[in-house]
Order: sequence, then structure tokens, then C-alpha cells
Amino acid sequence: MNLLVAQAQTIEAPEIDYGALAPMLIVLGAACISVLLEALLPKHQRWAVQLVLTLVTLVGATGALILYATSERPEQGVATLAGAIAVDSPSLFLWATLLVLGFGSVLLIADRSVEPGGAFVAQAAIRPGTVQDRAQATKTGMQTEVFPLTLFALGGMMTFVASNDLLTMFIALEVLSLPLYLLCGLARRRRLLSQEAAVKYFLLGAFASAFFLYGVALLYGYAGSVKLSAIATAAAGTDRSDTLLFAGFGLLVVGLLFKAAVGPFHAWTPDVYQGAPTPVTAFMAACTKVAAFGGILRVLTVAFENTQWEWRGVLYGVAVVSMVIGAILGLTQTDVKRMIAYSSVAHAGFLLIGTIALTPEGTNPGVSATMFYLLAYGFTTIAAFGIVSLVRNSDGEATHLSQWAGLAKRSPIVAGTFTFLLLALAGIPLTSGFIGKFVVFSAAIDAGLTPLVVIALVASAVAAFFYLRVIVLMYFSDPAPDGPTVTVPGAFTTIAITLGAVVTLVLGLWPTFVLDWAGTGTFLS
Amino acid sequence: MTWVLIALLVVPLVGALVVAFLRKDDTKAKLVALAFSLVELVLAVLLWAAYDPDGDRIQLAAGVDWIPAFGVRLSFGIDGIALVMIAVIALLIPLVIGAGWTEKLPAGRSQGGYLSLILIQEAVTVAVFAATDVFLFYVLFEVMLIPMYFLIGGYGGARRQYAAVKFFLYSFLGGLIMLASAIGAYAMASDELGKGTFDWATLVKVVSDADSTTQTWLFLGFFLAFAIKAPLVPFHTWLPDAAAEAPIGVTVIVVGILDKVGTFGMLRYLLPMFPTASKNLAPLVLVLAVAGVLYGSLLATGQRDMKRFLAYVSIAHFGFIALGIFAFTSQAGVGSVSYMLNHSISTGMLILVIGMVIARGGSSLISDYGGMSKVAPLLAGMLLLSGLTTLSLPGTNSFVSEFLVLIGSFPTQPVYTIIATVGMVLAALYVLWLYQRIMTGPLRGDALVGAAAGPGAVGDPEKKTAIGDLSKREIAVLAPLVVIVLALGFYPQPVLDVITPTVGATLTEVGVTDPVSVQEGK
Repeated sequence: MNLLVAQAQTIEAPEIDYGALAPMLIVLGAACISVLLEALLPKHQRWAVQLVLTLVTLVGATGALILYATSERPEQGVATLAGAIAVDSPSLFLWATLLVLGFGSVLLIADRSVEPGGAFVAQAAIRPGTVQDRAQATKTGMQTEVFPLTLFALGGMMTFVASNDLLTMFIALEVLSLPLYLLCGLARRRRLLSQEAAVKYFLLGAFASAFFLYGVALLYGYAGSVKLSAIATAAAGTDRSDTLLFAGFGLLVVGLLFKAAVGPFHAWTPDVYQGAPTPVTAFMAACTKVAAFGGILRVLTVAFENTQWEWRGVLYGVAVVSMVIGAILGLTQTDVKRMIAYSSVAHAGFLLIGTIALTPEGTNPGVSATMFYLLAYGFTTIAAFGIVSLVRNSDGEATHLSQWAGLAKRSPIVAGTFTFLLLALAGIPLTSGFIGKFVVFSAAIDAGLTPLVVIALVASAVAAFFYLRVIVLMYFSDPAPDGPTVTVPGAFTTIAITLGAVVTLVLGLWPTFVLDWAGTGTFLS
Repeated sequence: MTWVLIALLVVPLVGALVVAFLRKDDTKAKLVALAFSLVELVLAVLLWAAYDPDGDRIQLAAGVDWIPAFGVRLSFGIDGIALVMIAVIALLIPLVIGAGWTEKLPAGRSQGGYLSLILIQEAVTVAVFAATDVFLFYVLFEVMLIPMYFLIGGYGGARRQYAAVKFFLYSFLGGLIMLASAIGAYAMASDELGKGTFDWATLVKVVSDADSTTQTWLFLGFFLAFAIKAPLVPFHTWLPDAAAEAPIGVTVIVVGILDKVGTFGMLRYLLPMFPTASKNLAPLVLVLAVAGVLYGSLLATGQRDMKRFLAYVSIAHFGFIALGIFAFTSQAGVGSVSYMLNHSISTGMLILVIGMVIARGGSSLISDYGGMSKVAPLLAGMLLLSGLTTLSLPGTNSFVSEFLVLIGSFPTQPVYTIIATVGMVLAALYVLWLYQRIMTGPLRGDALVGAAAGPGAVGDPEKKTAIGDLSKREIAVLAPLVVIVLALGFYPQPVLDVITPTVGATLTEVGVTDPVSVQEGK
């Protein structure tokens, strides 16, 4: 008994660097408050209050981040919460990316003018085709749970990219995934597709989480710790079985690649992108990608750098497969959301090139390049989905490509903006997409991955075809007589699209500021 | 005088912006666009005056930092080759605008939009020739595709969508592969200098010392882009489609100007940056060049569509230009550069004249015409003259350059030169046969007599037809070209003076000794 007391006394509360954690804590705290508001406020006040709370939270968290980033902080970063969270330069950059992209997505989510009542349904559990479902379709009510769900997902993503051990990473993975599964099922139109997307994403996501957890267990067996740095130390020189290490690594990476929608672990992407409400698709495409690749970067650089010669070949192959699948299957798509989904698979392949561009000296020029690419891609994607949500007919969004024919004649501004965004996705110079590709490819050539870069360039050229096809449709085809109309967007969607397009242009013309910032520091190891 | 070069880049852009606001009023749009293109022409003349042939390698240079993280600068400057190309762009654009004055655009399209794109194309193309930073060159090389894509896709013929996408993807792919090579060169520079740069002169110094394997790979990346652009056989298939589907003015720009970026790139980038690889791989390029001469000539002979005919004629001519570049003698080099200029003028004129024929008959099929000289003798004369300069008749501008290419290439590459000479004979065949079918004999053909008259019907030239001879506007468009064709045919010295030093400098960078000068020493 005495012994137990004595032991209990030696356990000290871990030190918490509140300044460093503030952005994350603000988002997660606000998510909790948001849930309470949902329970306590009368229905008619919720939307306005929730929206203000969410936007203020994001701005406040960004403010806290800037305050911390500009203050005197250790250059290599700090590990806090007993080493569970590492706040280093890449963490800060990724947090900032997540917060600004989250801000854009929340603006799209908040819009209620494009679709009366917003893009979300009040009760997602009603079976499609039933009397209740038809009754619900005529109402414009909307549950405001999307806001706390979004905040939780965002908080989870921020934790994920800063996790310094695999168990924290797993919990963060679940915190970010569960709200996303729910959000996917909330589309107001085409309920069946939306529910299918949610179930598919949930089932496959659960499998991926299980893979991840299994990998964590094997790595724990190998290294005796779940800390990333401990795994690196163990892998640096032991006589322990490599089987555990590489089996664990393989399973872990499968889980991560699934979240990042890298081919061949991409099978959920087109269905989920298509079925989810478009603002949620934008949020997933932009922010989940940032979080997943942030996590991959940290795991590969911190825990598995020593063993890079063993696994690099495998990820090399995965990157090729992802680019080829994305580029070739993208050609066959007839739905604009599915097309962007396959484009995101191809982009995931490009991003993976950046994450494996480690040089033999151990420096990783790919880290800053990948982070820049993530930021650039996120803004372009949010704006692109913002525009997809505007082109509608009586059934909701007109996502079939044939319905986009001749759009430029009726809505030159919308078509012009979308063309610009597609050119950015294709990587044409003077857009951020080009600079992103350029930095990733030059990092890869530095790291001796020239053949991979050549494959990537050919894949870019193939992928350019399906972007061009949309431009051809919009500009050079005659409009269908019963074609969709372009809804005049409300203020929120307009701001989100403008923000995305302007950032795409500015980062294409003057990328120096962001590049410098992305290149300031390395991961804390 | 640096401001002239900057003004050359800015003026068409300002013009494009102004014209874009005149989409409601076609006439005003045409007048404003013509005014801006004439200002550009004046600036080009000033640029020519400011250029000192015996001065620095790159003149009128100006630049500011763009992306310091990679040492990328917005830097511009010209050498003799760039000067000649910029001048010919500035010359052709007003003529294109003049020639298309009464052309009907597809329904729903305005002259404002069309001319605005043409002026943007002019600005970007001038910038491509003036860029002295490899990254900037790549960026402009790709950006150049966008206005052309909309010009072909938005204003072209029936299969315009196909042609526009094909054009874009071919060039885009070539450009991307070039980007990989450019990054490779950049990586070498940052290894060697400790700091990355894309500055052309610096990269030339660094990369030209690399071992031959590295050079070969980097060379191939750049070469693919330029071979697609130029185009060399077998990378040429986009050109006949683009030329056939584009409106006639745009065909002038594609065939007469854009293609030159490919051969310009060979001279400016391939030879100085990769001298060892250029020499090692010269046989490859020469085979493609000679194949292009023969293939282009034969297919031009067999074409039924006049616009596709023009494309194949160009492919044959680009074979000659590439032959001259990779023969590595100063005579052949000067011949090639002057060929680039003269091809723009002669082929540009031929396209404009054929455009006038098509504007009268409403068809681009050769078989729809016959005996047209009976009703349009001046037009027939112009077609004959532009055809003769295309086949390099002595006394016309092209003769000088083709002769220089062949005589300059013979000492180093006799076999290829002899084979290419066959192309000259074929040129006479396809040009004169085209003229014969369209202009001579009794008045006939669906486009001239009318399909209602039945097959083989012969028209009566005495009867009044809708087919008239050249209008005053058309004469005004063609007159400057006639003057230049004959002037440069008899007195090419001003042009040769400008390009000779630059070609000499390029060959020095490659490190070849000139067999011709040895002969002169005897």
C-alpha cells in the first residue's frame, strides 16, 4: 500500500506549453462549446450563433498561431504534453494551412443562398424514398451540427499533423474521421448517393484505421515504444527482427495512404466525393489531404528516415500507380465531381513524390515543397468545388459534364474562373499549381528521383487532357437548350471562391513569401 | 534604349485589354487593334535600329528578381536571332489583322475577343524570344499555348475542338519534358555554384562542361519540346490539324511565327547549353530533318486541302532549317536563321493569298477551284509570286537562305545535303501543280461555278460572277510583303549582317571550327 502511494506521488503532471498548443486547444474547445450551444439554444438562433462562433474560432486560432510563430520560440520546436505533441515549424505551417483552408470550407458550408436552407439535410437517418424523406425534401430546415462536426474534424487534423507518437496519431485520426463520415451523409439532394458515400467511407475508413492500429501494435512490439523518435532510434541499430519493423511500417502506411486518397488505396474517393455535399467534399479534398500528407511527412521523416532505402522503392511504386490511376481513370469520367476526385488521386501521387524526396544526407527538400503544394492545391480545390456548387438545375447540382456545355456563353465569369482553376490543377505556369509541381519535382530531382519525375510529367500531360475537355465543353460547345443555370452565389460562397482563385493566382506569381515560410524549419526529432 | 524592348512586351498587352472592352463594336475593335499592332511595328523598327550587330551577345538586357528562392528572374534581352524573329512578328500581325478585316467569325463571337487574343499572343510570343532566363522561357513557352488554344478552339473550323486540344497537349507534353531538363540543369548549377539560378548565360557556362551522358539526357528533354514545336517528323501531326482548323490569320501565326520558337530554342538553348550532346546527337536530328524535307514535300504534293498543304510545306521547310542548324557551319547557320525569317514572310504571304482564295470560294479543297486566273488575274499573280518564293526561286528572299543552308551544310554533311536537295525539286512540283490546278485552264470547280452546275461544268469567264479580283485592302496587305520578298531576294545583306555575329557566337559556344573559313584561307 505504501509502495503504491509512493509511486503515485512520483508521477508528475506533464508540462504543457499552452502558448504553443493554443491554436489546437481553441479549435477543440470551441467544438465542445459548439455542441453545448446546439443543445441549449433555441432553433432559430443556432445558425447565426454557430457560424459566428466557428468563424471567430478559426480567426482566433490563426491569431494565436501567428502570435506564437512570431514570438521567441525554440527554433527546432517543442514537444509538449509529455512529448505527445510536437510543435515545430512544419506543424505551424500545416496548422496555418488547415486553418485558412478550414475557413474557406466553412464559408462554403455556411452558404444558404445557393441551395435554400443550405446544402445539408436536417435528419440524415431518414430512409430515401419514404414519405418522411419527401416531406423533408420540401422543408428548408437545416441542422447546424455541421459546425461542431467541422470543428472537431479540423481539431483532429491539427492534432494529427503534430502528433509525436503513433497512439496520439491514431486518436487524432479517429477524431478527424468520425465527423467526416457523418458529414458525408448529410447532402440535401440525392440522398441515396449521399448515404451510400457515408457508409462506404465509414466501412473502408474503419478498415484503414484497423490497419493503422495493427501497424502501431507491431511497431510497438519492435521498438518498445510508440514514440516516433524511439522507433527511429530502434531502427538505427538493433539486432531485432526487421520483419516486425517493416510489417508494422507497411500496415501503418496503408492506413495513412488511405486517408490521403493515394492510389491504389483510393477506391472510396470518387464515390465519396460525388455523394457528399459539395462543401464537405471541398473540406475533405483540401483539409484531409493536408492532414494526411502532414502525417505521412512526419512519420517518414522522423521515424523511418534511417530505413528509407528499404521502403523508398515501395512508395516509389505507389506514387506511380496513383498518378497513372488518377490520370487515366480521370479521362473516362463524365461527372465533374468524380473527375476532380480522380484528379485528386493523381495529385496525391505528385505529393507522394515530394514526401519520398529524401536525400542521402538526410535533408529533405521535399518537406517544404510538399507543404507548399498542399496549400496551393487546397485553395484551388475549394474554389473549384465552390463553382461546382453553383451550376445547378431543378434537381440540384448539375454535375454531369454534358450539362456544362456552352457555360461560357451564359456565365462568362464563372466559366473563366473555373478555367483558371482547371489550368492551375493541370499545372500551367502563372498558377500556384505550376509552382507547386515545380518545387516538388525539383526536390525529387535533387533526391535522385528523375525517372519518377519524368513519369509524373507524362501523367500531368495526360491529366491535362481531362481538364482541357471541360474547358472545351464550356467554351467551344453549344449550350444544351435545357441546360443548368448558374446560381448567383451568396456572399459566403463568393468570398470562398474569390479567396481560392486569388490565392491560386498570387501563389503562381509571387510564391516567394510562402516558399520561404515553408522552408524555415525541420521536423522535431 | 532598353525601354523599347519593354514597350514591345507591354504595348500589345495594353492593346489586348483595350480591345477586350470593345466587344460590342467590331469596327472600332479592328481599328484599335490595328493601331496597336502598328505601334508595335514602329517599336520593332526602333529595336532594330538600337541593336548593334557587333556588340554584346545579349543586348538591351533588363530584369528584376521574380522568385529569389530559385534564383528566377524576369529578365529580357535580345540577340540577332531574337531581333529578327521579333521584327517579323511585328510585321505579320498588322497584316493578319488587315487580311481578316471582312472575315466572318463563328456565330456569337466578336472581333473584340478575337483580336484581343491575337494581341495577347503577340505579346507572349515576343516575350518568348526575348526571355533570357530559362525558367521564364519555359513559363512563356507554356503560357503561349493558352491564347492559341482559345483562338483555334473558339474561332476555327468544324473540327476545331479536336485540333485545339491536340495542339495544346502536344506542346504541353513537350514543355513538361523540357521542364524536367531545365530543373536538371538548375540542380547542376546549384551543386556547382552553391546557389541555384536559371540565368541563361550562367547555365550555359555550367551545363556545357557537364559529362556527355548528363548532357545527352538534358539535351533530349529540350529537344523533344523543340522538335514538337518546330515541328520535326515524327512529332508533327498536330500541325496539319491546327493549320487546317484555325482561321486563316491564326494559321499565319501558328505556321509563320509559333513554329519558329522550336528552331529558335535549338539555337539559343540546345547548342550552347549542350555542345557535346549536340555534336553527338547531330546525326539523329539530321535524319529527322531530312526525313521532314522529303516527307513534308511528298505529302504536300498529295494534299487535297489547301490549308493542310500549307502545313506540310512548312514541315518540309523546317527540315531545311534544322539541317542548317545541325550542320555546324556559320554559312549554314546564317542560312537557317535567315530561313526562319524568310519562311515567315514567304509562307505568311502564301497563307494570306490562299486565305483570299478561300474567302472567295468558301472552300479549302483544291478540287473546288479551277481557272481562277480568268476572273482574278491579280490574285493569280500573287499566288504565283508567293508560290515561287516558297519554292525558293532565285531573286526571291527564300532563295538566299535555302542556298546558304545547302552550300553551308555540304562541307560537313554532304550526304544529308544531297538528299535534302531533292526537296527543292519537289517544292517546284507541289507549288506549280497547286497553281496550275487552281488558276489555269477553263473556269471550273464547285466553289467558282457553283455545285448546281454539275460535275465537270465549265464556267464562262465573261459572265459576271461573284468572284472578284483583289480589293484595295487586299492589295495593301500584300504590297509590303511583295516589296520585302523582292528586296531581300536581291539585297539580303542588312539581315545577314544582323544575324551573322550571333550565329558565330553560337557556334563558338558549341566549339566547332568552321570548315568554310579554312577554305577561304587557301
